[in-house]
Amino acid sequence: MDTDQELVILALCCHYCAYAAADMAGSMRLQYPGSVRVLRFPCTSKIEVNYLLTAFERGIDGILVAGCLEGGCHFLEGNLRARRRVERAKKLLDEIGLGAGRLEMFNLSSAEGPRFAEIATEMHERVVELGPSPLRRGREAVLAGVAGMASLAEAVIAGEKT
Amino acid sequence: MIVADRKKIPEIRDMIQGHDRVLLVGCGTCVTVCLAGGEREVGIIGAALRMSLKLVGRGHVVVDQCTIERQCEDAFIDILAQRVSQYDAICSLGCGAGVQTLAERFPQKPVYPGLNTQFIGILESQGVWTEKCLGCGHCRLGEFAGVCPITRCAKRLLNGPCGGSREGKCEVNADTECAWQRIYDRAKALGTLDRLDAIAAPHDWSTGIEGGPRKVVREDQCIAGLGPKS
Ligand code: SF4
Ligand code: SF4
Ligand code: FES
Repeated sequence: MDTDQELVILALCCHYCAYAAADMAGSMRLQYPGSVRVLRFPCTSKIEVNYLLTAFERGIDGILVAGCLEGGCHFLEGNLRARRRVERAKKLLDEIGLGAGRLEMFNLSSAEGPRFAEIATEMHERVVELGPSPLRRGREAVLAGVAGMASLAEAVIAGEKT
Repeated sequence: MIVADRKKIPEIRDMIQGHDRVLLVGCGTCVTVCLAGGEREVGIIGAALRMSLKLVGRGHVVVDQCTIERQCEDAFIDILAQRVSQYDAICSLGCGAGVQTLAERFPQKPVYPGLNTQFIGILESQGVWTEKCLGCGHCRLGEFAGVCPITRCAKRLLNGPCGGSREGKCEVNADTECAWQRIYDRAKALGTLDRLDAIAAPHDWSTGIEGGPRKVVREDQCIAGLGPKS
């Protein structure tokens, strides 16, 4: 496959669950597609609609948001709010014609390493089906976009940005 | 506050057709509070609009964004003058008053509305806004136990409910409270039911928008020689 066509999928993970699960998937040497890049958030509630849209604007092909199990968020309702924001972003993606399918929210616990590998694979396969984002501008630009999103995530965690 | 909601992105995209550089301008007052046109929403609408333009092959169009404190007052708009000169058009995410203030201040620039201005209302619960006042120019809330039948009764009845009031809900829309039930309940709780016996006079609509666009003038506050513009 032409490297320019290689997909980039962001996994926006809550520190308390999905991030730990991704870590476990790594220690268990479970395989999941290399297209999936993990970014850590203190809780999925920190992920605003404009953060999701900015990522798509930068040419990212798909995003999975992964938070704690419902009822298990360390900030009580953070993951429920995140789900609503994801729903709103999905509506906007449909409205502009990019398609809601490129974005999905999942819930899992920190002990579910294999589940993380499973949802990463599921999202990868879905995006393969959809094809690369029509908004991408070449792999270099997309990777620069990922780096930008990572520093934005750091700024969000540091409380410098909302 | 003034309550608004956003237009769909394709509608905004079509409105700005023919312009290559567009400035999205948010407003930091009412529409920020009703989550329609404040800084965060401007960011969301801006990103969605840019993506939408690219997807229809108009990726060359520049859409930048900013949010000012208040769009309906010249003093707050002045800081935009320099910036606006670099764009072909403005898309305002303020209420209708904001859009028109920008249009008057920048006579050479086309100005488009990004929001649909809805009403004067309140935050009923998180994420829900409700209309409370039509701005009729002659407030009669004192006659109606603090509940406005002119705005909140679908038939604008001033002398008691119609026959369709059912269990506190309006017959026109079962999701809406019957204004007259609210008036009755409040007056009863306040011990002022007897006041509702008085026949309420027909409303004088000449003080409302029906009498043409209105103006409020405070002579003591007008700067000598300036006064109202027209
Ligand atoms: S009586 Fe007129 S001014 Fe008073 S709340 Fe009703 S519409 Fe508004
Ligand atoms: S049901 Fe109540 S609010 Fe509805 S039209 Fe009749 S009196 Fe007005
Ligand atoms: S702490 Fe994990 S989603 Fe909120």
